[in-house]
Amino acid sequence: MNEKVIKRENASEESAAMRPAVNVVEDATGITLYADLPGVPKEKLSIHVEGDNLILEGELEINSPPNMEAIHAEVDLSRYRRVFTLSRELDGDKVSAGFRHGVLELRIPKAEHAQPRRIVVQAT
Amino acid sequence: MHYRGIFPRDLFSELERLQRELDRSPSIRGAAPGYPAMNVGTTPKSVEVYAFAPGMTPEEFDVQVENGVLTISGERKNIVPPEGATIHIGEHFSGRFRRVVSLPDDIEPNSTTASYHDGVLHVCVARREAAQSRRISVQ
Repeated sequence: MNEKVIKRENASEESAAMRPAVNVVEDATGITLYADLPGVPKEKLSIHVEGDNLILEGELEINSPPNMEAIHAEVDLSRYRRVFTLSRELDGDKVSAGFRHGVLELRIPKAEHAQPRRIVVQAT
Repeated sequence: MHYRGIFPRDLFSELERLQRELDRSPSIRGAAPGYPAMNVGTTPKSVEVYAFAPGMTPEEFDVQVENGVLTISGERKNIVPPEGATIHIGEHFSGRFRRVVSLPDDIEPNSTTASYHDGVLHVCVARREAAQSRRISVQ
């Protein structure tokens, strides 16, 4: 059982994939990542955190007519995959996600201890 | 050219792809390929165009068929980061875009449909029913 799972994971890592374009914005309380994944339905999107790695994967589902002959293809792979390394102050357990019109929005908050604290300077 | 996801990949197409990537001489409009990326296919009854343009709404596209040319244009708005935020990576296309596809001669421009789903704009242009080849019997 375990072996089967491992094999499948390796297979998906080896097959060629497109690198989704991303925007990454950081504010005081965390990081927001926006990834372009056009053609991926919600059910075919997978986001997981393994150790320090954030892994984004998605499979394209374009319902083209079965008798269609492709004459020009700029998108010629059927998967997206991209891996990011999370720095230690980010809380990988509290990642939240939204997905709309092919854009994934991921919010990765900073861990409690890494939240900024403003130190008030006392006048003496 | 084919969808590699559907047909098995072979070494030659992989080499061809590499070659294409290496050979790409810088264009005056920049080295990046056009935005949005497009796939085009045909069936006996239609021309199917797929434009990979995420983060839009259907109303933000302008799709036109004129003189046998399909034009897809629009504007992708930039995500405005909150004040005080830092942009670490900014790869998303933003701004106006426009792409043009010349269509075959046998199209019916009036029966064009467009839909937007999962960030992909799909335009279907109907083709005239191909004149059925008729067998002529020799008397």
